[in-house]
Amino acid sequence: MMASSYTAKEEDGHITVSGPGALRSRKPENTAFKQQRLPAWQPILTAGTVLPAFFIIGLLFIPIGIGLFVTSNNIKEFEIDYTGVDASSPCYNCSQSFSWNSSRPCTCSIPFYLEQPYESNVYVYYGLSNFYQNHRRYVKSRDDSQLNGDPKSLMEPSKECEPYAFHENKPIAPCGAIANSMFNDTLELFYNDPNGTKVQILLNTTGIAWWTDKHVKFGNPGGNSPNLTAAFQGTTKPINWRRPVFDLDADEANNGFINEDFIVWMRTAALPTFRKLYRIINKKSGMVPTLPRGNYSLEVVYNYPVRSFEGRKRMILSTISWMGGKNPFLGIAYITVGSVCFFLGVVLLLIHHKCGNRNNNADISN
Amino acid sequence: MMWRSPLALVRDALRGQRAREKDLRNLASNLPYEGLEKVKQPNRFFPGNAIKTTKYTLLLFIPMNLFEQFHRLANIYFVGLVILNFVPVVNAFQPEVALIPICVIMTLTALKDAWEDFRRYQSDRKRNNTPCFIYSRKEKKFSERSWKEVRVGDFVKVFSNEIVPADLLLLHTSDPNGVCHIETSNLDGETNLKPRRAVSGVCVSDPEFEPESFNSVVVCERPNNNLNHFKCYVEKPDKEKVGAGIESLLLRGCTVKNTDHAVGFVVYAGQETKSMLNNNGPRYKRSKLERKLNIDVIFCVILLLSMCFVGSVGHFLWLEEFPDVPPYLVPDSNGHLDSPGLSGFYMFFTMIILLQILIPSSLYVSIELVKIGQIFFITNDADLYDEETDSRVQCKALKITEDLGQIEYIFSDKTGTLTENKMVFRRCSIMGTEYPHKENAIRLAVLEEPESGEEVIFNQRPQLSQTGWSLHAEDTNPEEMQHHHDNRRKSRVTGSAPSDVAFSSPLETEVIPDRKLLQHISRVESSGSRKTDPYLDFFLGLAICNTVVVSMATAERQRASRFSRSRQTNNPLDTLSNVAKKPFSLRHIFTSWKNKPKRSRTISEDSVVEEEHFNAPVKIDGSGNTDGLQTCSLQASSNSNDPARTPDNVTYEAESPDEAALVYAAKAYGFTLLARTPHSVTVRLPSGEDLVFELLDTLTFDFNRKRMSVLVRHPITKECVLYTKGADYAIMELLGTSYAEHLRGKQKNIATDTQHHLDFYGKEGLRTLCFTKKVVSKKVYESWLVCRRNALAAIDNREELVMETSVQLETELTLLGATGIEDRLQESVPDTVVALREAGIRVWVLTGDKPETAVNIGYACRLLEEEDLVINMSCKNKLECTSILDCTLEEVKRYSEDPRNVDTSQDIALVIDGRTLTMALSSDLQDRFVDLAKHCRTVLCCRVTPLQKSRVVKVVREKLKVMTLAVGDGANDVNMIQAADIGVGISGQEGMQAVMASDFAISRFKHLKKLLLVHGHWCYTRLANMIIYFFYKNVAYVNLLFWYQFFCGFSAATMIDYWLMIFFNLFFTSVPPIMFGIMDQDISAEMLLGVPELYRTGQGAGEYTFTTFWVSILDAFYQSLVGFFIPYLAYQDSDIDIFTFGTPINTISLFTILLHLSIEIKAWTVVHRVTMLGSVALYFIVTLAYSAMCVTCNPPSNPYWILHSQMADPMFYLLCIITTVVALLPRYMFHVLRNSIAPSPLMQARRLDRLDASTRDEWMKEWRSFRGLGQVRRSRLSPPPSPTLDTPADIFPQSPTASDIMADDLTLNVITDNCQRPVHM
Repeated sequence: MMASSYTAKEEDGHITVSGPGALRSRKPENTAFKQQRLPAWQPILTAGTVLPAFFIIGLLFIPIGIGLFVTSNNIKEFEIDYTGVDASSPCYNCSQSFSWNSSRPCTCSIPFYLEQPYESNVYVYYGLSNFYQNHRRYVKSRDDSQLNGDPKSLMEPSKECEPYAFHENKPIAPCGAIANSMFNDTLELFYNDPNGTKVQILLNTTGIAWWTDKHVKFGNPGGNSPNLTAAFQGTTKPINWRRPVFDLDADEANNGFINEDFIVWMRTAALPTFRKLYRIINKKSGMVPTLPRGNYSLEVVYNYPVRSFEGRKRMILSTISWMGGKNPFLGIAYITVGSVCFFLGVVLLLIHHKCGNRNNNADISN
Repeated sequence: MMWRSPLALVRDALRGQRAREKDLRNLASNLPYEGLEKVKQPNRFFPGNAIKTTKYTLLLFIPMNLFEQFHRLANIYFVGLVILNFVPVVNAFQPEVALIPICVIMTLTALKDAWEDFRRYQSDRKRNNTPCFIYSRKEKKFSERSWKEVRVGDFVKVFSNEIVPADLLLLHTSDPNGVCHIETSNLDGETNLKPRRAVSGVCVSDPEFEPESFNSVVVCERPNNNLNHFKCYVEKPDKEKVGAGIESLLLRGCTVKNTDHAVGFVVYAGQETKSMLNNNGPRYKRSKLERKLNIDVIFCVILLLSMCFVGSVGHFLWLEEFPDVPPYLVPDSNGHLDSPGLSGFYMFFTMIILLQILIPSSLYVSIELVKIGQIFFITNDADLYDEETDSRVQCKALKITEDLGQIEYIFSDKTGTLTENKMVFRRCSIMGTEYPHKENAIRLAVLEEPESGEEVIFNQRPQLSQTGWSLHAEDTNPEEMQHHHDNRRKSRVTGSAPSDVAFSSPLETEVIPDRKLLQHISRVESSGSRKTDPYLDFFLGLAICNTVVVSMATAERQRASRFSRSRQTNNPLDTLSNVAKKPFSLRHIFTSWKNKPKRSRTISEDSVVEEEHFNAPVKIDGSGNTDGLQTCSLQASSNSNDPARTPDNVTYEAESPDEAALVYAAKAYGFTLLARTPHSVTVRLPSGEDLVFELLDTLTFDFNRKRMSVLVRHPITKECVLYTKGADYAIMELLGTSYAEHLRGKQKNIATDTQHHLDFYGKEGLRTLCFTKKVVSKKVYESWLVCRRNALAAIDNREELVMETSVQLETELTLLGATGIEDRLQESVPDTVVALREAGIRVWVLTGDKPETAVNIGYACRLLEEEDLVINMSCKNKLECTSILDCTLEEVKRYSEDPRNVDTSQDIALVIDGRTLTMALSSDLQDRFVDLAKHCRTVLCCRVTPLQKSRVVKVVREKLKVMTLAVGDGANDVNMIQAADIGVGISGQEGMQAVMASDFAISRFKHLKKLLLVHGHWCYTRLANMIIYFFYKNVAYVNLLFWYQFFCGFSAATMIDYWLMIFFNLFFTSVPPIMFGIMDQDISAEMLLGVPELYRTGQGAGEYTFTTFWVSILDAFYQSLVGFFIPYLAYQDSDIDIFTFGTPINTISLFTILLHLSIEIKAWTVVHRVTMLGSVALYFIVTLAYSAMCVTCNPPSNPYWILHSQMADPMFYLLCIITTVVALLPRYMFHVLRNSIAPSPLMQARRLDRLDASTRDEWMKEWRSFRGLGQVRRSRLSPPPSPTLDTPADIFPQSPTASDIMADDLTLNVITDNCQRPVHM
């Protein structure tokens, strides 16, 4: 018995100790990877090798920069500050006597003169400065699912909206500080025709928000049901608003959460001085310029307070190009960088002539 | 189970605690109590044999693992941030989002831990369920149980080739002498067999062992982890105590060999066994780079805090300026607004959360990954693989790969490290006469020249040995042969390359006897005066005075070797057994000599080579001898089939190669050690007569005595004879009377003659041993025996007592003679040493040998050059030592400050002996010694003890603040290996202790070259660059957020979506730098090996310095400024929204960060390209998918369709291009200018690397020869100072005057050449 168990163990030991793995030599595999001999490209950065890169960058960047600069310069832009800080300003009174809840709207009219005709579509922006829409707590203060039309979130706004989630035990729709502080000035443009008539310029209220925002991200509760009033039943308007959310626009397609002014406002600006698209003046057919040269007046229903943060309000008229609004910076930057690169290329060429030769000599001297 | 009162249980538990803590344990057999319940068991307090090495249990895994992980500072930092995030007034992100990084990191770690633990569990279970045989009283026999059932007090039977399940006190073996051999390779890697002896007279053991008759009590010490010491005694019922030590203990994990079965009493089980106590996980060392890194992390913390402070103050000031509450200041849920001060205070913490990744917590994880990768490549290097032992380089310390690239000092052992530790008997001196063994020398010289081959002189031999080999191959079973490595066998058959024939070669173990000596012995033999002849005594001493185990080349042993195959060192046994079978045996020469003396004389007259001491030369050739050889081979082949114990199939297993060499030498002269048992030694004399000596005692070797002795009773004279062998200085002072009365007159000067020979041997680089004899009178022996017994039975300081008894006996010795054993240098040691020296590494040799030997070896391996100034320091007392040190130091300083020889300090070498070293290292002289050593290129420390070795390392390391590496192969190097920054063990002939203690284990000294010069350099540059890059990356990215704070009222807002931010670090930019850290190659291996100077770039501060760190931080600041402000200016006063603004910034920083890495990557392999492109692709795919799907999923930010709309805008691309260009331009320019105007040596090497191979080689030669000439210039230009006569230090300059003039000419050339050529270093 002893003998048999002994052999059994022997077998066992044999299997465990000298399995197939143990039979193999421990010699490492001679593969390029394991021996760290993978074929490799070993660039060496010297004046000689990088010269072409610098010249190419220089030669590419300068034309691009010029193109950008020209494009930017072709964009026409007109800006008018209507904050009413100076006593001489037409809006001075409005700016002084204002509060969010004043029942009587204050209006002011600012005349201006366009020296150049605006040929293509003109975009009307309102600009705010010193308005920190990017403040961390402010950015958070919204409920995206409520804005998306989720009925549950409509009645129970997210905690993020606090303290603008409930008012008098009713949920606020739309909740949060962003919505609550929505820009609510009304801007109207009039063209003072040389013959004395005052023509109101048609401002297009739609097409100012991102298509995806209007159609995907924002949605009214109750889907496509036309009765917005019923959909928003049981909610209350944001404290600073004059009208409830379902009464923003007469057009059903531009009312409620999918009101484009609202959507634009809800896309919080990146920097404290920003502009937001307000209206679009579409180009009329034919050769008539969209905005001809001449006198205009801006009629402002002055509601929005900026004194608390020493902010400024502007109205901007601008045409746009493929690169957006007027900004010469990028063009100048490209030209500068291109020139610098070109100059460095020349410097490197000199260095290459001085040192590269020496190096080459060293290489050859063996 | 019966009910027991809780009080009794508590009492029992306390008693158990006490029993375990007691210094002495009384253990009784379990058998009388078998079947009783647990409380009645006598040994119940001691742990069972089941082991558990797992750290966690299934249920408690999560809490325990979390606890474990929170020991890491980085994790605590993370968790602190997460907690901070849950504080509402502070939170910057959604708290849940902030959890992600820490969760990912901790989950990964936990998974890794769980997997490791599961593997441990599996191996534990396998181990615990291994079967073994325990004696059962019920069954009256040993019955099969599993290991976990073994308890203290059981009797366990172990069969041959089985593993011992617990620490057993050996009581009985199948061997009639009570001996059992074990192999301890599982514990210490030593593959030689160690004899263990049953405790005698404790139990009835004939014919079968009866465990039930065992009624003694075993008293043993508390468990400890010392594998070489064990103290216990067995107290018999009649109160007699029998001592037992480690020689009677079978350790758990050992394998029983050569013994059919053995029975032992379990003394320690499970966790208390010595092997388990020794099992303490991997060693943790922190590398120099990591220490530096931690300082920079502190800088990052300071940077972070100051940035947070700026944010906090900024927020306060921003709030202060408002005349009223603006609509965008959101009050808390109660409609209450904090005061500006309080908000600013909170903002500080919010900022910490926001800018948290400035502290590169992920860096630590990345470093660990990179090191794993680096170790993978090191261990997979085919150049560091040793064919002979089938071993790769092993990395035991996982954290210090990059330290390999920064070594400045190497401390090397000599024996076995620089040399093969394969001892070859070269010369001997007997009774004052020197026998130079010229024939042997010639044979060995032939061996060393691979090409000339053996055919030239021993033209008959190769064929013969080949037939012998093939015979052997057929003899053994074919399956067996497959286990040997085919290529290895082949190379041995062809027998040309010396590396392949090493120890295993028959040519090395055999010795061709010295003709004159042989004649002398045969004369003595025939004269019959063999009882007193010193020559016979000398050879008897050679054969007896050792602990060599004789084993027969039987099948069983070969099977054993198969079992050891998978282990680190290959067992030399199988090769040894092959040796035994070789057809050509020297005994036959000897006998043929004796039988046909006439013919051999005629042969010798033919040969021409010899001219010195004797006229009868030696070369074995001519027809006559061929006959003899052929007959020999016939005889041998018949012998190998014969299992009888003949000198031919005997193999020797020695603990040290010296012993084996000596026994083989004795065998060559006909004194064959045939058998060794614990009680007797059998030696066959040249006459064919067998002498059986009764072995009375063995006084084993220790480092303090430096000698060993064997006490035997002479079978003919019945005298007690003590044969002692040892180091010359350990023997010479113990000499008493000279050999015999009748020789007294001329023997006076035997000692001086022998000493003279010894000195000569030393200069030759041979290892010397002296042999002495002493006849011990019966009276003395008996009285000594009593002392000895007492000492052996002692429990306290047994070692000291035993040593004292040894010293007592080893007095008044009579000198017989001395031997010189050669230990050849390992392959390409000089080359390696020169390369290391060129790499700016100073190599010190610490050896136990005498100065002459050390200096000789020093010259041989080119540690010392002919023109070097060698300072020899040796002094008797401290006063002398102080003055010598001062004088030498002054001398050396004057020498090096001499304007004519700048840099000459490199060429001073110091030789210092152990005694002087002790004084020099004493606290008051330490500084001066180190100062002196700093000026020396090489230091040789001779006759040093292991402790001194580590002391030297420590002193140099601490005083000079340099990176040290210690390399050694033996147990005596362990201290040194542990003291150094990096310990390298060489798995050689002397077991595995050094390897076990080391951080890296290699098999040859030459591997050090590639390990340091190539892998060290790579690992260091890779890691240093990766760390710098990591800091850069984090700062560059975080600063984007910081700059934004200036435009969002310091409100800790981010313009980048949180998820994308987390992904950015976790996925988009994590793989390329890790790849960079693992795989980048600045210079090819060939170049690094060809131009060792390149190694210097890593030494000292290396590439990772204060400057490089801050330069990269500044660059990061610049790049983040560009990366933020160019988009800012481009989007200024536009209708851009916050996350649309962030998208190009994020993309730009991705490109900048990746392209920045591209500038740093030196070699683009497929892997680099794939990871780079993959990262960019991943970024776009993930971001596009995320922003296409997330409509309202991440409430505060609205990533929906943002990237899509941006990517449809040409501005986005224009912006990305220009920003990336501007951001990277300075770094790019910097690289270009540096490489063009003042290329570093590394850069030049890279340029050379691109040339084709032949040009490159030429260049490399030129480069090195430049250097070489430069050195010649340095050393030759300046005549060394004339040694002042009153200086006790021997300064002997050796500069050949003739070459001086020539050297001056060369110097001129060099100087002019240098002017024209680019600067190389």
